[in-house]
Amino acid sequence: MSDPTNQAMLSSSTPEPSGIHYAYLDERTKRMIRRSILKAISIPGYQVPFGSREMPLPYGWGTGGIQITSSIIGPDDTLKVIDQGSDDTVNAVNIRRFFERTAQVKTTTRTQEASVIQTRHRIPEKPLSEAQIMVYQVPVPEPMQRLEPREAETRTLHALAEYGLMHVKLYEDIARYGHIATTYDYPVMVNDRYIMSPSPIPKFDNPKLHMSPAIALFGAGREKRIYAVPPYTKVESLAFEDHPFEVQKWSAVCHLCGAADSFLDEMITDDAGSRLYVCSDSDHCNSRLEQANAPSAA
Amino acid sequence: MYVAVKGGETAIVNSYRLLDEQRRGDPSHPALTIAQIREQLKLSVDRVMTEGSVYDPDLAALAIKQACGDLVEAIFLLRAYRATLPRFGYTLPVNTAEMLTSRRISATFKDLPGGQVLGATFDYTQRLLDFSLMAEQETPEDPAHAMSLDAAVDEPASRSPRVVDLLNQEGLIETFAPAKDDPMPQDLTREPLRFPAERSTRLQNLARGDEGFLLAMAYSTQRGYSHTHPFVGELRLGDVEVLIAPEELGFEISIGDIELTECEMVNQFAGSKDEPPRFTRGYGLAFGHSERKAMAMSLVDRALRAQELDEPIESPAQMPEFVLSHSDSLEASGFVQHLKLPHYVDFQSELELVRRLRERAQATSGSTQGEAD
Repeated sequence: MSDPTNQAMLSSSTPEPSGIHYAYLDERTKRMIRRSILKAISIPGYQVPFGSREMPLPYGWGTGGIQITSSIIGPDDTLKVIDQGSDDTVNAVNIRRFFERTAQVKTTTRTQEASVIQTRHRIPEKPLSEAQIMVYQVPVPEPMQRLEPREAETRTLHALAEYGLMHVKLYEDIARYGHIATTYDYPVMVNDRYIMSPSPIPKFDNPKLHMSPAIALFGAGREKRIYAVPPYTKVESLAFEDHPFEVQKWSAVCHLCGAADSFLDEMITDDAGSRLYVCSDSDHCNSRLEQANAPSAA
Repeated sequence: MYVAVKGGETAIVNSYRLLDEQRRGDPSHPALTIAQIREQLKLSVDRVMTEGSVYDPDLAALAIKQACGDLVEAIFLLRAYRATLPRFGYTLPVNTAEMLTSRRISATFKDLPGGQVLGATFDYTQRLLDFSLMAEQETPEDPAHAMSLDAAVDEPASRSPRVVDLLNQEGLIETFAPAKDDPMPQDLTREPLRFPAERSTRLQNLARGDEGFLLAMAYSTQRGYSHTHPFVGELRLGDVEVLIAPEELGFEISIGDIELTECEMVNQFAGSKDEPPRFTRGYGLAFGHSERKAMAMSLVDRALRAQELDEPIESPAQMPEFVLSHSDSLEASGFVQHLKLPHYVDFQSELELVRRLRERAQATSGSTQGEAD
C-alpha cells in the first residue's frame, strides 16, 4: 500500500538501512533544535527562532511539536500523544504511528507511564512529575499577534516588556462583557518577565503550568519558534486585582466516570439536541473507570 | 457513542487505500508513467521544482503522480523530501548572461544584440480547444515537417548580453555591486525568516512562494495598490551551467546544466533628494519554464523595495511582513486546512463563554425593559 507519509520518508536519502533516519530528522537538525530548546529553557517564555524544517506532515498539524519530540526522543523513552485530551483522535494516532515507525519507541496512553507527552490543546488531568517532558504543539506562538501582526513590532514589545497592548485588550473585555472573554490560549506571564501563549489549551489547564515539576516545551513549526517553561517556574495567568483569573466550571459531571473535577466535552446524542458530558482526557476517564470496576471484579 | 471518536488508526489506514484508488482511477486505463509526466506535463514539473526548491524533473514528476496532480500537494512532497537531505556545499552564482537562450524577449527595445527569440510560448496561440488532442493516439508528425521545424529550432541557441547591462552603458539604471566583503546570503531553508529581511532573503522567499499568491500581489501593484511603472526589460529562458568550487580542489567544476526563466523588470524611479531620476530593477528567477512566476516575482520584488527607495509604504505588496509571511503555500495550506482537525476543547470553551455572554445580555435587556416599564 502506498502511504504518502511513508513514501516521503522512504525516499529520503539517509544513512539508515531502512532509508529513514532515527526519529526522522537528521542529527545535525536535531542538534540545532536541541540548542534552541536549551536557549528557550534558559530564558523562560522567550520565543527562540529556529530553522524549522518541512516535515512529512503539514504545517499547522503539529510540526513544531514533532520536531521537538524527534530531537529529544531516544529508545528508552515512552511516548504518549494526545489531541484534545484524547489518545484516540486521528491526528494523535497519526503522530504516534509516526514515532512508532521512525523511532521504534514504546508508546502508551497512560499519563504516568510516559516520559514524553506530545499534546495539542490539553494538559493531562493527572499531575505530572519531574521525569516527564510535555511537548506542546503551537499554532500561533505570539500572544499579541491578533493585536499587532507585525513580528518586528511584537519582538520589540517583548524586549521592552511593554505589555500595555495586552492589558488594554483584557480591560476592554471587562468593560464590554464584565469579564475577560478569552477561554483558551489564555495569555500567561512567565517568571515575571515574558508574556507567553500557553498554546490553545483551555484556561482550565493554565494553573497546571504554574510550578509544574515537568519541563514544558512549546514548538511552533510554521512560525519557526520554540519556547519553554522550565520545571518549578512561576506561570501566572493575566488578570486584574478586582477581576481575578477563574477557570471554567461545569454543573454536570462526566457521564462515563462521574468525574466532577475534569475538563468536560459536550456531546450531542440525538436529533433533538440532547447532550451529555464526558471527560476530554480519555486516559483520566478510563483509569477512573478501571479503578471503579476493580473491586467488583475481584 | 463515545467510541465514535476512537478507531482512528483503522480509519487512517482505510483512507490511504481509498486515496490509492482515487490516484489510480479506473484501472482499465493504463497507469501514467513518471516519464510521461516529466515529458508531457513539463510546466507542472517546472512549477513543482521551483516552489519545491529542488531541481529534479523525475522527483517532481513522481510528486505530481503521487499527489494526483495537485501541484501544491506535490510541492509539499518535494519540500518534505529535501528538508533532510545533507548539504554537500553551495554552487557558485549562476551567470545568466552566459545562458543558452531558447526564448528571449524584451518589451523595451524593438531590436537588440542577440535579437528577440520567441521560442515556445502560449502567448500568441489562439486559445481554442484542440480537439485533435482528444484522439487516444497522437499521429506521429510528418517527418518532412518535423525536419524543417528541427532546422528552424536547432539554430544554435545563442548567448546574448542582458538588456540591463546595455542600459547601463548610459548609466540610466541602477547597478548592484556586491556588498562589502560579499557576505554569504542567509539560507532561508536552514534559518527562520526574520524581519527586517535582506533583499537576498526576500528573493529566496519569493522564489519558493506560491505562484498564485505572487501573481495576485503583482497584479495589485498594477491596479493602484502601489505604483511601480514596470516594463519587461527582458525575459529569458534557457540553460545555464552550474558550477561548484570545492575547497579541496581550488578550481571550478561544472556539475551540469539547469533550465531557468529569468525576468528583469525595469521600473521608473523619480529620484530622491540624493539621487537623480533613473531606472530601477525588480528581479525574478524560477526553475524551468515559469514565466508567470518569474514576472510576478520581479514585480513584487520591486514593490518590496519601497523602504530602501524611500517610497511611501501604503499597499500590501510593499509590506515585507505581509508578503513574505504569507507567500509559502506549505505554511498557508497547512494552517488553513488544520481547521479540519478536532477543536472540541476550544469549541467547548467558546460554547460556555457564548452561553454566559447571552445569559448576561438577556439579564441586562430584561432589567432595562423592567426599568422602562
